[in-house]
Formats: sequence, C-alpha cells, structure tokens
Amino acid sequence: MNADFFKSLDLMGKGMTAIFVVIIVIYLAVHLILKLSGGRKKEPSEPNPGEV
Amino acid sequence: MEFLYEGLISITWQQVVMWVIGGLLVYLAIAKKLEPPLLLPMGFGAILVNLPLSGVLNQTLPGIGEVTGIIDWLFRVGIETSEAMPLLLFIGIGAMIDFGPLLSNPRLLLFGAAAQFGIFATVTAAVLLGFDLRDAAAIGIIGGADGPTSILVSQVLKSDYIGPIAIAAYSYMALVPIIQPFAIKMCTTEKERKIRMSYNPKSVSRLTRILFPIAVTIIAGLVAPASIALVGFLMFGNLIRECGVLKSLSDSAQKELVNLITLLLGITIAASMQADKFVALDTVKIMGLGLLAFIFDTIAGASFAKFLNFFLKEKINPMVGAAGISAFPMSSRVIQRMGLEADPTNHLLMHAAGANVSGQIASVIAGGVIIGLVPGLL
Repeated sequence: MNADFFKSLDLMGKGMTAIFVVIIVIYLAVHLILKLSGGRKKEPSEPNPGEV
Repeated sequence: MEFLYEGLISITWQQVVMWVIGGLLVYLAIAKKLEPPLLLPMGFGAILVNLPLSGVLNQTLPGIGEVTGIIDWLFRVGIETSEAMPLLLFIGIGAMIDFGPLLSNPRLLLFGAAAQFGIFATVTAAVLLGFDLRDAAAIGIIGGADGPTSILVSQVLKSDYIGPIAIAAYSYMALVPIIQPFAIKMCTTEKERKIRMSYNPKSVSRLTRILFPIAVTIIAGLVAPASIALVGFLMFGNLIRECGVLKSLSDSAQKELVNLITLLLGITIAASMQADKFVALDTVKIMGLGLLAFIFDTIAGASFAKFLNFFLKEKINPMVGAAGISAFPMSSRVIQRMGLEADPTNHLLMHAAGANVSGQIASVIAGGVIIGLVPGLL
C-alpha cells in the first residue's frame, strides 16, 4: 500500500468528521433560530396524500 | 499557398477523437436533453479547441509572437486566476434554492452530510487506481454531485484533469434518474421503499429564512474557513432571494446571471479538453470513478437513514436519505417517482426536496473541507 492510500483514509476520516460537525452546528443553529424567531407554525395537518 | 492546407495536414487522430466526443456531447444535449446548458457549450467548445492551430487558443505566430486566444483568456481570467465563474454561478444557484422544506424539518440536514461519503470513498478508489492524492481529491469531488464545486476544487488543487472532471460531474448529474434507482435498489428492500412518512407542513417565518443564510455562512466560516467562498456566495444568493426587498436582483441572479455564466463556463471549460491531454486512459478511469462516486453517495445516504431507523420511532424512508446528494432537483424527483412505484399512494417529494437542498449545502462544505485538508496531506 502506498502512502497516498493511508492519506486518503485520513482525509476520509477528517473530512466526514468536519462535514458532520459543520452540519450538526448548523442543525443546532436552525433550532435556535426557529425558537427565537417563533419560526415554525404548524399549518393545518396535511398527511401523506395517500393516507386515508 | 500552403497555408490553405496547413490545418488539414496538422490534424492528429486524437483531435478527431475529440471531435467525436464533442459531437456526442452536443447530441446528448440536444437529442437526449442531458444538461443542455452545459453539455452543448462544452461539446461545441471541444470541437473548437481541437481544430488544428485553433485561433481560440494562444498561438505563437512567426514574426509576431504570442497571440492570445479567447478561450485561453476566458479560462485564465474566469477560472484559473480567481475561480470567478463557478463562484458567481453559486450566487444564482443560491437565489434559486428554497430552503423552506429543510427549515420545516431540520433533521434532513444530516442526510446531506452522510451522502458526501461518496466523495471520500472515490478519493481512496482513485488513489488505488494510481492517481496521486491531489488529483484523487479533485476526482473525488465529482461525488459532490455539483458541477461548479467540482470545477472550483479541481482548479484550486491545480489538477490536470479539470476537463474530464467537469464532464463527469455534469454528465452523471444528468444521469441521476438512471444511476440512483439502480443504487437504491441495491441497498434497500421493497418493504423499506414503501415506508410512509407523513408530511406536516410548517410555515417558516421570513425572519428565519433571512437568518438562515447568515448563520450558515458564519458557522461554515468559523468551522471550515476554506469553504467560505463557496458557502458564502451560495448563501449570499439565498439572502438576496429571501430578504424580500431585492426582487429584481433575485430575478436577475436566477436568470440572467446564471444563464450568462453557464453559457461562458461551458465553452471555457473546453480549454481543458485539448486532445493531447484529454485522449488518455486516465479520462476513462475518471469517468468510471465519477459513476462510482454517485453510487457511493446514494448508498451512503440510504444506509445512514437505515441506521437512524434503529433509533427512531417514526421511521424514515431510506430513499429520502439517498436524496442527500446535491443533484437538485433531479434527485428529489427520482425519489418521489420511486416512492410512487413502491406504493402509488406514498408521496415523498417534500422530504426528498429537504434532503436534496441539504446536500447542496453539504457539498459546498465538502468542497471547502477538501481544499482545506488536502494541502496539509501532500
């Protein structure tokens, strides 16, 4: 195995971790924004059109 | 009078191959309607730059010296120097995206992150096929399912394969309706594809829609600074859309800006499609790796949804996870169609659209993360 192979695995580990960290922080920020701005009002329930 | 046949005797077989490839791209764009705004200019550009002694490329003329060719100039100014074209395109893309379905159900954000796995799996596969890490990373970003990001990352990493990478990215985005059903059926059961998800629409306030692009920009800038150009321009476009006071600019960004940049981007990319570099075994490998990237993305997104289902009371249809790739809106339409195939009364469009726009955010973050990490590994 050449050195680049192990570096690519390193990149995979660090890259996926970084993406998930950013996305989770955004997720938490969205929740905070929704809370602070009274962001989501439930509209009249609209179930899956297939449900009876 | 030999100047009349100088071009004719300078033709190489590689150039003829490029004419065929260019013709094929034009055919696919017109007859099959596969990403016509990009594939048609790229196809025509491929023919243009591969005519012998083509005047659209820099030429050295006897007694005069170097004469600048328009396509070489466009490439240098619009892509090589500043990555201006792909970045400006992101303003328009941001203005086109409605993050409403995502804000209505923020947990869909996670699928965008999971579906980027294909990028990194492809980097490893490319290394195993003999590419060095820099080129492998540029090839892997095809898995971001996002043309401008692919062009930008491969340019920043100074990859020699920007042409094949751009073609693979745009071609496979157009082929999402064929690739995704195949990959989804490989990793899900019929029963899983029938899982129903009730849709509870929630109106998202204007303030939330305005704060979202600002918050995403700040977070991405602080946690993954290398992604800020991509994320920032995408979110700037979205802010123009959502602020409510720049309707005219929003319309221009969505139409004129996107059309103009797309028109120039396609033909400019052709500068990297010159026969001596393009007609090579590596191009075939890149096309294969690009396909692999889209398959890995889809399987990763669907598998992540299946994993979450172990912990959730209200199950998620794994196909919604597969919509976490960035190819918007094709992927969400594919998931809606497959949902209806499995159960004609099961509508998944809004869930899939939420995951799909999340994929758009995650793919630009992934692009920035790669730009940030790869130089440290070289």
